[in-house]
Amino acid sequence: MDQLLQHVVNMLVLGGTYALLGIGLTLIFGIMNVVNFTHGILYTFGAYMMFIVVHQLGLNFFLALPVAIVAGWLLGAAIEITLLRPLRGADIDTTMLVMIGAWIAMQSGALWIWGGVAKSIDNPFPDAPLVIGPVSVSWLRLFVLFAAALLIVLAYSLINLTKLGKAMRATFQDSDTAALMGVNVSLIYTSTFAIGSSLAAAAGALLGPVYVVFPQMGDLAAVKAFAIVILGGLGNITGAVIGGFILALAEELGAGYVSSGYRDAMGFLIIIMVLIFKPTGLFARAERVG
Amino acid sequence: MKQIVTLLCLAFFVSVPMWLTDPYLLNALITTGIFIIGAMSLNLLLGFTGQLSLGHIAFFGIGAYVSALTSLGFDVPIHGDFHIVHVPWPPIVGFFLAIVISGFCGYLVGRLSFSVRGAYFVIVTISFAEVVRLVALNWVELTQGPLALTNIPSITIGLPGLGYLVLKTKFHNYYLVLAVAAISYFLISRLVHSHYGRAMRGLMENETLAVAVGINVTKTLTLAAVISAGIAGAAGSLYAHYIRIIDPDVFAFISTVTMVIMVVSGGKGSLAGPVVGGVIFGLLPVFLRPIMPPEAQWITYGVVLIVILFVMPRGIVPSLAAKLGLARAGGTRRASIAVSERTVEEHA
Repeated sequence: MDQLLQHVVNMLVLGGTYALLGIGLTLIFGIMNVVNFTHGILYTFGAYMMFIVVHQLGLNFFLALPVAIVAGWLLGAAIEITLLRPLRGADIDTTMLVMIGAWIAMQSGALWIWGGVAKSIDNPFPDAPLVIGPVSVSWLRLFVLFAAALLIVLAYSLINLTKLGKAMRATFQDSDTAALMGVNVSLIYTSTFAIGSSLAAAAGALLGPVYVVFPQMGDLAAVKAFAIVILGGLGNITGAVIGGFILALAEELGAGYVSSGYRDAMGFLIIIMVLIFKPTGLFARAERVG
Repeated sequence: MKQIVTLLCLAFFVSVPMWLTDPYLLNALITTGIFIIGAMSLNLLLGFTGQLSLGHIAFFGIGAYVSALTSLGFDVPIHGDFHIVHVPWPPIVGFFLAIVISGFCGYLVGRLSFSVRGAYFVIVTISFAEVVRLVALNWVELTQGPLALTNIPSITIGLPGLGYLVLKTKFHNYYLVLAVAAISYFLISRLVHSHYGRAMRGLMENETLAVAVGINVTKTLTLAAVISAGIAGAAGSLYAHYIRIIDPDVFAFISTVTMVIMVVSGGKGSLAGPVVGGVIFGLLPVFLRPIMPPEAQWITYGVVLIVILFVMPRGIVPSLAAKLGLARAGGTRRASIAVSERTVEEHA
């Protein structure tokens, strides 16, 4: 029982960042219909931004997070404008392959610049974990959970309360009609990709200090993000948040009770199961999938 | 005309080991050839049925492991004292078993994943490949996990009256790979020009229309998946017996990407496409290696892929063929199908 409680606490910490990754990808995948293979590299990029700000510039740990988010936003906008904007109207396979090309080039670039050795990021929190009854959680992980929750709320408000969010939702439902109503669809696409990328960078910046930072860290993150998007349904923000926590729970339980070697298999098994038995996702409106 | 070109190319490939003595280049050609076989099998799915499978390396890897384990033997505890013990069989049996078992996996995966299309199909296939990789990594009793299967024997062919020929040298392996590649090419060519091939292309161009004229979607796609997986398994088996050591990295996602790049750059849906794309991208590292570090090679790899997609989205072979007017008949036929599809969409 105590073990289960510990798994639930770990699940909450992991699930928050997974939800961030999932929201970012579900926006891009849902609104732009682009299978974004650069999502993982943005996650890596966010973590390296954290490393650079804390260790190479020597600035404050808490300042590094907004820097990583802004840098992710800029990189995402740059990718969208240079690679995706010229390919508007191209079929989904073409944009996917272009994204794969960008992913290979950028990951190799990261390997070239920062080297293959894993780096750890120092954090200002005390080493002793917070112990509540049978459960212990480090202060850093607690911070990650709260920061992720704050960012989820921010993203949620951006999409549901602002004019930009309204335009994004309209474009998701019907881009032609949205364009007729005066929505600058091209700008919406760029904003969507930039926002999604900044959320991935935020997830990387938050998990970077928890684990270690290395150029390939984003590969699994990207696949997990796909699992979350499929679980929650395409373009469904709430679904992505719930999907993030479900995936985290499945991984925790899989690692705890089956075998830690199969921890990363959980995401893939979820993808296969959901797509075979409920291809519309657990929470999606059926008509938008296909 | 087309057949003459094909035969001339084949004659050229046959002649290569006669004048090429550099073992490093010959090695690059053999591994490239193995990947071209994989790319040809992928092209059957991607180019002729329109299904982008990004888990194709799974069948390659399954073929490699099946073939290696058949020729090495294994002793796996299943439950308590119950063991499954397998004594080594000749590698050539492993080669054919690899084809059969990979083909069977292709059948299973096809039946499960063809219920979804587009991006979802891509993601299911990636997931399948990753699950297989994780099993290969964690089922240490069978696969040795990250410690790799080593000392895999070379393929041996029994010649009547002449004893046994062990295909151990690069010279031998080159011809073995070439033979398997030529057979696969011939097989795929026969398939896509048959009734089934036309059904596959019909499905790719307009699935609703294909169903309406009575094409059995699941049967057609599954047939393509089985043959494609079987050929990929054969390539994996060749790889295992040539390199003679395999670890779970044979399932690396980047290898699938390599095959996709070969197909897309050469021209999907063109029989010669994967061969042309394969030769270019298989040998690109050989020429880049002396002039730049490995990271820069991979950057170039990614950039070249993007540039090809921007400049020649249909691939090298179809673009060249269109320029030379060779594909006039094929081109007009495709155009008319595209037009009819557009009209259907407008009426829908």
